[in-house]
Amino acid sequence: MSNIAKAFEDKKAFIAFITAGYPDAEISKDIIRAAAEAGADIIEIGIPFSDPTAEGPVIQAANAAALAGGITTDKIFDMVEELRRDISIPLCFMTYANVVYSYGTGSEDFIKKCAQTGIDGIILPDVPFEEKQEFDEVCRRHEVDFISLVAPTSKERISMIAGEASGFVYVVSSLGVTGVRNEITTDIGGMVSLIKEATDVPCAVGFGISTPEQAKKMASLSDGAIVGSAIIKIISGHGKDAPAKVYEYVKEMADAVHSAH
Amino acid sequence: MEASKSSRGRFGMHGGQYMPETLMNAVTELEEAYGHYKDDPDFNNELSGLFNDYAGRPSRLFFAEKMTEDLGGAKIYLKREDLNHTGSHKINNVLGQALLAKKMGKTRLIAETGAGQHGVATATAAALLGLECVVFMGKLDTERQALNVYRMKLLGAQVVPVESGTATLKDAVSEAMREWTNRISDTHYCLGSVMGPHPFPTIVRDFQSVISKEIKTQILEKEGRFPDAVLACVGGGSNAIGAFYHFIEDRQVRLIGCEAAGRGVDTKDTAATIATGRPGIFHGMKSYFCQDEFGQIAPVYSISAGLDYPGIGPEHAWLHDIKRAEYVAVTDEEAVCAFEYLSKTEGIIPAIESAHAVAHAIKIAPGMDKDKIMVINISGRGDKDCAAIARYRGEDIHE
Repeated sequence: MSNIAKAFEDKKAFIAFITAGYPDAEISKDIIRAAAEAGADIIEIGIPFSDPTAEGPVIQAANAAALAGGITTDKIFDMVEELRRDISIPLCFMTYANVVYSYGTGSEDFIKKCAQTGIDGIILPDVPFEEKQEFDEVCRRHEVDFISLVAPTSKERISMIAGEASGFVYVVSSLGVTGVRNEITTDIGGMVSLIKEATDVPCAVGFGISTPEQAKKMASLSDGAIVGSAIIKIISGHGKDAPAKVYEYVKEMADAVHSAH
Repeated sequence: MEASKSSRGRFGMHGGQYMPETLMNAVTELEEAYGHYKDDPDFNNELSGLFNDYAGRPSRLFFAEKMTEDLGGAKIYLKREDLNHTGSHKINNVLGQALLAKKMGKTRLIAETGAGQHGVATATAAALLGLECVVFMGKLDTERQALNVYRMKLLGAQVVPVESGTATLKDAVSEAMREWTNRISDTHYCLGSVMGPHPFPTIVRDFQSVISKEIKTQILEKEGRFPDAVLACVGGGSNAIGAFYHFIEDRQVRLIGCEAAGRGVDTKDTAATIATGRPGIFHGMKSYFCQDEFGQIAPVYSISAGLDYPGIGPEHAWLHDIKRAEYVAVTDEEAVCAFEYLSKTEGIIPAIESAHAVAHAIKIAPGMDKDKIMVINISGRGDKDCAAIARYRGEDIHE
């Protein structure tokens, strides 16, 4: 069983998304440490991309700011190496296909480096089932989980996707891009049961979650909850104080998720 | 590394469907619908009717006698896509997609636009076929092409200025893709070039291939043989693939795509993808892209808003790989000179995009024998560019 799958053992998992290099490299390292200390079970580290087509305005702005601040894939690998000295929970990269494909001499270089630095999984929102093989094959060779996503529009595709999933299945809660939503209207329970019919790999719900109530509800319907934009919003409002604020928020959210049944 | 076995819509290593899962059933639905209608006689009759009676096809193939004499080499013909309704080749694709969307039961079209030509064409087709229309356009482009913004609104479309990223064509594409993930059931994304995820590069190529189909017939009538070279400008590459397609199997016909070098391929201010890009994955496809060493998409530049895109359609990438087509880079300055040259020599003001192809023709025609034949695709008309070219030449003209 992979480290990621283990994070779901005996409890619901809270997954925090943090954009690397935002507001700058140093503070974002502290934010990642704060989220881990506050009880996050997995951290998704976002490698910024110039054109993040799956992101709403909040994460788009964080990506642009981090890149303008000079963050690069190599600097993020260095960050991870440093963070691994004091963080043991699973870490994933969330980025876009081109960041992986165009690294060094290709995807293999990127994924090998993930394995070396202690990255447990990668999430590429612009790589659907049909295109995953060129990444997934290399991931399997290096024991990095290639995380699959299912969406409210996936329907009959769910069993095919879940059947080959590793790490966890990322359940996209709503249509559209990432961002805080007042309400999630999708039949999450229905999606989760289709996933469960196809795999033992755990599943967690993301997109639109910001309150402890929402997180608890989504975790109770599945195996965990993923929060991104809400965390980035806190960071954007607090600069140097962001790590402390993120700690408070993640603690509240993680507690809510861990109390779900 | 090889593409996945389950991948569809490949041109060699290029193409594919690198899209969010949320859109996968939508692109599959589109692929199935297109597979059904493309060979449907009723659909094709209806589309031919629109092409001929509404858009003014077939477009003329004009012998540019003065230009030929002046350059003293190959015989030059101009394929007059600029004479189409809405002023460019964009209408070919848009009428096809809008009709297809209507058959699929969609009631709303969304589109990206750079210079505004594709936006105007989409707004036009939407008005004609009674569809709602929303066009995404980079904020910078809405300022560069204010008249086209007004045109789209006049035609009943909503124009959304996009402020993210570089506020140009690539950001308009990203925003249109985001909007599509948000609203799929009633909405068709009317992509304007031979790019994006499968099946778009194929659908758009097929609708644009009417250009080369007509060139073949027309040149046989006039010259009794095929041309020696076909030239077209390339951004995403829809007019070029349209002009090339039916000649791909005729190996003796040189196919030459003219990219926008901007201020030069050795500067940062360029949009010449084949000259300066490398393989990558972006906007749904694997192809060549202008990017930095970490795969961040480069901010590109060209005087032509329609060629100001950091990628190229996957079929062009493949034609380049197998050396079936040649891709050359043309600077702003050369394109502007060609814009002025064609206006004065033949009384035809070409779009600044098309002027890139004219510029390359001016370079190579004198070196070709007089019995050689060259066809330049004049993809659009240049009225929209007059103010910008005047400013480029130091005249203070605004629309």
